[in-house]
Amino acid sequence: MLRLELIDISKQYPAVKANDRVHLRVEAGEIHAVLGENGAGKSTLMKIIYGATRPDEGEMRWDGRAVEIRNPQEARSLGIAMVFQHFSLFDTLTAAENVWLGLDRSWSLADVTRRITEVAHEYGLDVDPLRPVHTLSVGERQRVEIVRALLTKPRLLILDEPTSVLTPQAVQALFVTLRKLAAEGCSILYISHKLDEIRALCHKCTVMRGGRVTGEVDPRQESNAGLSRLMIGAEPPQLEHRPAAPGEQVLAVRGLTLARTGAFGADLADVAFEVRRGEILGIAGVSGNGQQELMAALSGEDGRAPPDAIHLFGRPIGGHSPRRRRAQGLHFVPEERLGRGAVPALSLAQNTLLTRTEAVAHSGWIRVGQAVALAQRLIERYNVKAAGPHAPARSLSGGNLQKFIVGREIDAGPKLLIVSQPTWGVDVGAAAQIRAALIALRDAGCAVLVVSEDLDELFEISDRLVVIARGRVSPSVPAPQATREQVGRWMSGLWNDEAANAGGEAAHAAA
Amino acid sequence: MLRLEPRPAPSRAMSLLSPLLALAATVVIGIALFALLGKDPARGLAVFFVEPFRGTYAVSELCVKATPLMLIGLGLAVCYRANVWNIGAEGQFVLGAIAATWVALRATPDTGHWIVVPILLAGVAGGMAWAAIVAFLRDRANANEILVSLMLVYVAVQLLNYLVYGTWKDPEGYNFPQTITFLDATKIPRLFAGLRVNIGFVVALLSVGAFWLYLFRAFGGFRMQVGGLAAAAARYAGFSSRRALWTALLVSGGMSGLAGALEVAGPVGQLTPYVPAGYGFAAIIVAFVGRLHPVGILFSSLLMSLFYIGGELAQSRLGLPKSLTGVFQGLLLFSLLASDTLIHYRVRWRPAHPAHPIPAPKGPAA
Repeated sequence: MLRLELIDISKQYPAVKANDRVHLRVEAGEIHAVLGENGAGKSTLMKIIYGATRPDEGEMRWDGRAVEIRNPQEARSLGIAMVFQHFSLFDTLTAAENVWLGLDRSWSLADVTRRITEVAHEYGLDVDPLRPVHTLSVGERQRVEIVRALLTKPRLLILDEPTSVLTPQAVQALFVTLRKLAAEGCSILYISHKLDEIRALCHKCTVMRGGRVTGEVDPRQESNAGLSRLMIGAEPPQLEHRPAAPGEQVLAVRGLTLARTGAFGADLADVAFEVRRGEILGIAGVSGNGQQELMAALSGEDGRAPPDAIHLFGRPIGGHSPRRRRAQGLHFVPEERLGRGAVPALSLAQNTLLTRTEAVAHSGWIRVGQAVALAQRLIERYNVKAAGPHAPARSLSGGNLQKFIVGREIDAGPKLLIVSQPTWGVDVGAAAQIRAALIALRDAGCAVLVVSEDLDELFEISDRLVVIARGRVSPSVPAPQATREQVGRWMSGLWNDEAANAGGEAAHAAA
Repeated sequence: MLRLEPRPAPSRAMSLLSPLLALAATVVIGIALFALLGKDPARGLAVFFVEPFRGTYAVSELCVKATPLMLIGLGLAVCYRANVWNIGAEGQFVLGAIAATWVALRATPDTGHWIVVPILLAGVAGGMAWAAIVAFLRDRANANEILVSLMLVYVAVQLLNYLVYGTWKDPEGYNFPQTITFLDATKIPRLFAGLRVNIGFVVALLSVGAFWLYLFRAFGGFRMQVGGLAAAAARYAGFSSRRALWTALLVSGGMSGLAGALEVAGPVGQLTPYVPAGYGFAAIIVAFVGRLHPVGILFSSLLMSLFYIGGELAQSRLGLPKSLTGVFQGLLLFSLLASDTLIHYRVRWRPAHPAHPIPAPKGPAA
């Protein structure tokens, strides 16, 4: 008997049919992947299963019985648990207190703490229930979320893009836990667009595209190209990556030490690196290790850096405002698209005015026609799917808004482009397009600095790599010579020993 | 069962319809209110909504009361769009009136009509100075602008009292707490003989156009609104939040001060303790009912003015308390806040569900 079966599930939103007669069959103890690009309807389907959204049509069966799940409480009472991509933990509370908050009142905090330790031990999840969440790494936070889900003894666990924030080592640890869980009979729905992971972990894979199921396959029997064809209707475009020809130094960071601004985050300690013309420098690292602070100091949003710590073309710019840096050719694409890279409520045309001054006359009046024309040009050149230049930024999908923002900065003709998480939450097609645009920009002689938590991406586009951990930045390694294991270890801050012992050789020995 | 469902995107139509819906709700509740007070609702509505339009004098009075509301409301709209919560427009209005009076009292019988210009400029400066205290404390000490601006209203009123009960009291005024009646040269020129509406109304109408240009066509206005809509985006773009704070407070303070100057040198004609008539607070409602949009504020200020006059008429014609004005203002604001729910949500009729979470099994799966 199937644990969960969805039959002809449809959900119509005003603009799109998010789910169109979707079938899904999950057996007991099965790790079942749901593969699809952003906007393929995966999230809507999961929300329907979890009771957060109701389908317009279709039937849902749980252990063979037709059920109607009206809200997450009902889903939980059936034994369905979900770990969201974006964690819902309170930073100032401990792990145990966070878990306790989500449980019914019959538990005492001491019970919860004890149970967390037991469950964590049972599944090899290393969680200290008494530590405040803000001291936990992202991987640890995810473990708290998983433990929270496991405490309810789920019979179906839904994981939404669980590996997007993990080091390679942490991914392997997660897979061990999931396999053990499945072996005990818990079904797992694993939502992802990472083909390698799905092929390594999952027993079955339902592929979605444009709200429909385009295939139900055994991923262990499929190639990446085959899965990709089902997912995007074509094989992923291959990046042509010629070796870089680095030129003069563009950005030099020396001895940048900066205290964190809030209670959470990392202090930057003696950060030093350089970026040259015509190369892409990648900064790897698990989020929360100082990336935010470094980006803010480089973009000028945080103006506390001593002038001498940051040099652009040999001139100190540490104290310059973002606008002044932009005037000197430094453009920045932030990690948060909505609310930082773009104002949600304003139109795309108005959003060009954040970083582009072409449409602003010397008198201070806005030339509306020019702003609209610029937005229109970006929409066309970067294949942005939008209703037009007057569409509000928040009406765009994440990938399309990212294409628009990256396009806006590339189109400005930067001399140094800094990009934070260029393809975070972006579908495969758009991600390939953004990466290709970054490489083209490099080939045109721009210096590019990319911060990403996605190692595959960094290996794909970077010429050199550095790793940021606990606010410190490692020495750089040429990307072709770096291994995932080495970078993964460096992400825990362990580069000093290696650099001292064998200058990078140790990486191979340990692998 | 009626259910609220979130809309995928805020409804544009509803954001325009919502004020009308709120007005309709206010009228309906108003009818019930008149009935409960034992008055004929039809007569009550007529007094409130029809009488104020009857005749040129009535319409002139409508414009007289709408002028300060419109001016202050425009300034507040800029402020609120920048996410700066100045609720002390009343105090800035009073300081504008005091500063204008100071200039007006310098006039002699030989002074020309040009003195109106310095009077109005003094009003603007007075309002700005009062708002600048708020900006300074927020900027330097991170003091909450809501509290500071509100508290400064009471300080302003005490200052006003000190002046009219003390140094500025008319020596021939039978000890009433008021200044001398201003000389004719200092009076704001009227638009038509015999009607109280003066050039202040024209200034207010021109301001509507100027504020529209500032908000939607000037880069300065754009920068300020970005700060209000998304502070992180403003930081990213490099738009100064301090500059936005100061501009917002100085603009709204200046507009309130201008309204105060127009009031003392216009319809009132002297400084009295009754100059602060609550326009500064009513203008907050005006700004929101007008959707923080200059054209919307043009209409909402006329509507609020209607309530003021309707309240006075209800007192004289129906023997109802004048505080009815405040009741109607409050009803309108609350109805608006309620109607605004419909911008983000829509109402759906759904049949009631059975109480049990999991329905009976329909038989085993195939």
